[in-house]
Amino acid sequence: MLILTCPYCGVEADETELAPGGEAHLKRATVGDSDEAFEAYLFDRANPKGVHFERWRHAYGCGKWFLAARHTVTLEVYGTYKAQTPEPTKEIVAAIKKRLPEWEGRG
Amino acid sequence: MSDAVSVLNGAAFDGFAQVSDTGPRGMITLRGAPEVLAKMAKALGLAVPETLGLTSKGDLSLAWMSPDEAMVLCDYADAPGLAEKVQGAVKGDHALVAVVSDARAVFRVKGDKADQVLRKLTPAPLDGFAPGQVRRTRLAQVAGAFWMTDAQTFEIMCFRSQAQYVFDLLSNAARPGSELDL
Amino acid sequence: MSHRLDGKGRLIDRSKKLRFTFNGKAMTGYAGDTLASALLGSGQSVMGRSFKYHRPRGVVASGVEEPNALMNLGEGGRFEPNQRATTTPLFDGLTATSQNHWPSLEFDIGAVNDLAARFLPAGFYYKTFMFPRFAWKHLFEPFIRQSAGLGQVPKEPDADRYEHVYHHTDVLVIGGGVAGLAAARAAAAGGAKVMVLEQTAHWGGRAPVDGGQIDGLDPETWVNNAVQELETAENVTLRLGTMGAGVYDHGYVLGYERVADATPGDDRPRHRLWRIRAKQIVTATGAIERPLSFPGNDVPGVMLASAVRDYVVNWGVAPGRRTVIVTNNDDAYLTALALKEAKLEVPAIIDVRATLVGPLADRARKAGIKLMHGKAVVGVKGKKQVTGVMVADLDGKSTPDAIECDAVAMSGGWSPVVHLWSHCGGKLNWDDAEAMFKPDPARPPLGADGQGFVLTAGNASGAMGLAEALADGHEAGRQAAKAAGGTLTRKAAPKAPETERQPLKQVWIMPTSAGPDKRMKMWLDYQNDVKVSDVQLAAREGYASVEHTKRYTTLGMATDQGKLSNINGLAVLSDALGQAIPQTGTTTFRPPYTPISMGAIAGEARGELFQPIRRTPMHSAHDAAGAVWEPVGHWRRPFCFARTGETDMEAVNREIVNTRDNVGMLDASTLGKILVTGPDAGKFLDMLYTNVMSSLPVGKCRYGLMCTENGFVTDDGVVARIGEQTWLCHTTTGGADRIHGHMEDWLQCEWWDWKVYTANLTEQYAQVAVAGPKARKVLEALGGMDVSKEAMPFMTWADGTLAGIPARVYRISFTGELSYEIAVPANRGAELWAKVAEAGAAHGIQPYGTEAMHIMRAEKGFVMIGDETDGTVIPQDLNMGWIISKKKTDYLGKRAQERSHMASPDRWRLVGLETLDGSVIPDGAYAVGEGFNANGQRNMIGRVTSTYYSPTIRKGIAMGLIQHGPDRMGEVVDFATLDGTGTVIKAKIVETCFYDKEGAKADV
Repeated sequence: MLILTCPYCGVEADETELAPGGEAHLKRATVGDSDEAFEAYLFDRANPKGVHFERWRHAYGCGKWFLAARHTVTLEVYGTYKAQTPEPTKEIVAAIKKRLPEWEGRG
Repeated sequence: MSDAVSVLNGAAFDGFAQVSDTGPRGMITLRGAPEVLAKMAKALGLAVPETLGLTSKGDLSLAWMSPDEAMVLCDYADAPGLAEKVQGAVKGDHALVAVVSDARAVFRVKGDKADQVLRKLTPAPLDGFAPGQVRRTRLAQVAGAFWMTDAQTFEIMCFRSQAQYVFDLLSNAARPGSELDL
Repeated sequence: MSHRLDGKGRLIDRSKKLRFTFNGKAMTGYAGDTLASALLGSGQSVMGRSFKYHRPRGVVASGVEEPNALMNLGEGGRFEPNQRATTTPLFDGLTATSQNHWPSLEFDIGAVNDLAARFLPAGFYYKTFMFPRFAWKHLFEPFIRQSAGLGQVPKEPDADRYEHVYHHTDVLVIGGGVAGLAAARAAAAGGAKVMVLEQTAHWGGRAPVDGGQIDGLDPETWVNNAVQELETAENVTLRLGTMGAGVYDHGYVLGYERVADATPGDDRPRHRLWRIRAKQIVTATGAIERPLSFPGNDVPGVMLASAVRDYVVNWGVAPGRRTVIVTNNDDAYLTALALKEAKLEVPAIIDVRATLVGPLADRARKAGIKLMHGKAVVGVKGKKQVTGVMVADLDGKSTPDAIECDAVAMSGGWSPVVHLWSHCGGKLNWDDAEAMFKPDPARPPLGADGQGFVLTAGNASGAMGLAEALADGHEAGRQAAKAAGGTLTRKAAPKAPETERQPLKQVWIMPTSAGPDKRMKMWLDYQNDVKVSDVQLAAREGYASVEHTKRYTTLGMATDQGKLSNINGLAVLSDALGQAIPQTGTTTFRPPYTPISMGAIAGEARGELFQPIRRTPMHSAHDAAGAVWEPVGHWRRPFCFARTGETDMEAVNREIVNTRDNVGMLDASTLGKILVTGPDAGKFLDMLYTNVMSSLPVGKCRYGLMCTENGFVTDDGVVARIGEQTWLCHTTTGGADRIHGHMEDWLQCEWWDWKVYTANLTEQYAQVAVAGPKARKVLEALGGMDVSKEAMPFMTWADGTLAGIPARVYRISFTGELSYEIAVPANRGAELWAKVAEAGAAHGIQPYGTEAMHIMRAEKGFVMIGDETDGTVIPQDLNMGWIISKKKTDYLGKRAQERSHMASPDRWRLVGLETLDGSVIPDGAYAVGEGFNANGQRNMIGRVTSTYYSPTIRKGIAMGLIQHGPDRMGEVVDFATLDGTGTVIKAKIVETCFYDKEGAKADV
């Protein structure tokens, strides 16, 4: 069972204090965007065996949404960061590369 | 005259720790950017609580809730007046001030083993937890928050509709014979 | 036969006799006994019947690995099946019965299966009961269910209580043997916060039985000193009777504490589940001895050598007076010496090894024990008790000799308990010299930081000698402390003299040349009755994977999870497949380590605490008024208020008629109330709702519909504009928390630069709807506010004081009647409810429940989230195009509603339905069309979404989603009934509103 550190309040939260929110860094497609772009936004989700970026909400705590970079097999956590971050931060990318030099970035 | 009664109206249970309803409590939700929260705290004559902190002056406390949220704890009758005062202090600022005195219940768990009652209900670590701190977390199946008023006393806040559940939880966890002997 | 030994039994207190019963027979034991030691001490060697062949079985082991001595314990609300006698502490008044026998343990009809064993091989279920198909249900299954199975299912609710505890520690040591204690001392000395779990009632594990010296002391004294030292340390928590049940991700461990098993009814929690978070875990879980596979190795009296030693030393019980030892390693010699020391006969040590040298062999010779090298047991005499063994050369080719005995102590070597290491991904290496899977320290389970978080200590590492085990435990403790943020202690490791051990000889079946008749009598899995021949058969039939073989033969699938059988079975399978053991691999180790009670898993969550029931401020008043409760999410809402002699539906109809004729009152407190404020609040709400909220004037209310990004309707409710920058959004009862979360999600994760704050005020207010033609009179009687049409027109709100209570009154209607919703601080909700009832009495007010509300809104054609919507319905389907703003360039769901399927004219759309015969269409009924689909089912053209008897219209009314529905007004469609006769109910498509189509009644 995961422990993730909420980047807002610093609490090392137990998984049971958190609510999952699916893949992170989705870019909203809307009116004016093509069917393909909208379909991708609604339905296309990464399912990597390896590094994954996810949304979590500190639901039983400060109520803030945050993002986590995590390995889906080992459950290693490379870091958590605020939701107001359109792309993984430099620090997160560096933390991943440090552990997985061959990692090629988000697919 | 107010006929307000807290949801469990003074219920109490004597176990290896004493569980009791603390009666009606004034509460005000404050939301704003740090500088706005600071103005509100100043209007109340209180220090801004640090992250996961709680500041007090007499019966008046200000508890951290979130990076942009704090909660005033006060006498039940004082809440509307204090809310107006705080609102006045942030006129023109982007802020939210709402009296929420009736939305929650507050219980007290007292005794040298009071912490053991909470250890049965929350995944939050309690070692090192002390007066001046606040923790929002899970209590068995519901959300709650707690802080300490002295080394042997916890106050536990939960939503009003779940007050009976939380009181029963606390009482059950405090039942004699179930001390943890830690 | 077994008996008690004078002067032995380090764990029992002979001054405290305890009475218990076994199969109704009165017996006695001593404080400190387990049920198994007490039974053996009372001469009871047969303790159960086996699962498949119903063979008499005795206890084999002395701990958690016991496969045979499973008991039904207790009675009534404390009855529990499948409890191991070896881990059941004896207490005065204990009642136990053996399992899986009929009519009695001594005489069991099912034992006929044993004679038919040849016809019940591995997989016989699959082979035998395939055809004819009907026979499974009517013939085979009832028969198998009658004759198979272990314990019985408890029939009464559990009389005990249980609880959870959360615990956080730097280092968790699982296992309180000497290696675990050494680890704990080292970790504590390194400054770590340490917790030690020991599953038995005693510290020290096997060491006090096995002997030796630690730091110049006998192990028992050393253990006592170490425990005392740890007890006084501030940073150490010790927990006896608590098993480490499972190791999970990120250092999560479940500990299973048996608090009050031996003191039933003392009002303490029976079991406690420890939910532990540890930075580092040391598994000092010891090792389990393996049986040997020889013909008749399941006859009562055949036991593990270590267990025999335990019964003698720990409980002063001799499993036999004359015990033959059979072994492939040194360890069993300790048993021979312990038996000799207790003045019991050991006629021979039968050792498979060709040369017997070393200190233990020398000591055995010196004690006058006959050592037989290169030999094997090739048969066991006796049925319900061993009476002798047949001994021959290991290959079985010599003429067997008989040796009389009443017990056999066997040792096939030891397997480290790697379960907890493996639960979360720790890998194993096969050590061929020791014939064991050992944890590979280079491949530990990985934690959140990508580093290992489990270390092993002592026997669990495969460090089998006392000196090695202590050194290994100490080092594990040091390293764990360091990895958990402490330091590497310089405290010295406990020392023991090195002991010389001779290599083990791998022998997986004996004699090695055994033919089919002998292999059919070699048990691998005692509990599931799996034999060497079954595994070999599986291999011949092509089962090459150990996971498949396990499931086919049921090897290791009983309640003991193969603690004794897995490695032996694996070796037999590997041999049959002609490959090495590591190539075959192990099965997966899954938690819990041994079965834990359902009660412990549930913890406090039973009875009143099963679920957090949410109560409104008026809950007690409703209860007193005879409310029939309906769960709505976790809320309890009155379904109706039934009077004496009234059915629920009669009450509902009365409530509707009274509301429509006079006035009704509803507890609407559960509706969500979310405050949204800020300079961008209007813009935000325009994105959230399909219609425009920013244009709503202060003081007014507007109904709104919310969609998800998929375009589907997710919630609805009335929005009131409170101030220039402030709106209050009502949500459905079930939607309050979800919609508040939805708002925060968009504000935090997408539009984080918009200046909007929200607060969920749902529970701050008690809300009472007063609806009906006389509603205004009731509010006037309450007094304090001008509620006239002029002062408070339809779809407005006002603040004021009503009946002396500060209130906000909304003029909104969900019934179609003149209606006010009064919101007051929740602490005064009960007061308001009573005052409304009092003020309304003169006007015939009656409370109504959720069902009356549902029917009244259906009469009006108002949609209900969750009835008309199910997560696949868009507003256009509901003919609610009027609520979709054409002016807005965007709102959540707008783009999705442009997708081709959403815009299709063939979608099912909402219409009203009137049955031709006045009956009520069944809930969930489908409208059937012409023809059949590819599966031979009738084509569907729609379904009913809400269907009721309307006491207002006095017939069945419904709403439904029908293909091209609004274009088919007046047409009659067929709804299939569920009675299986193929009959249909005919309903005419009509408008959705059945009552007051002009809306005049609400707007007066």
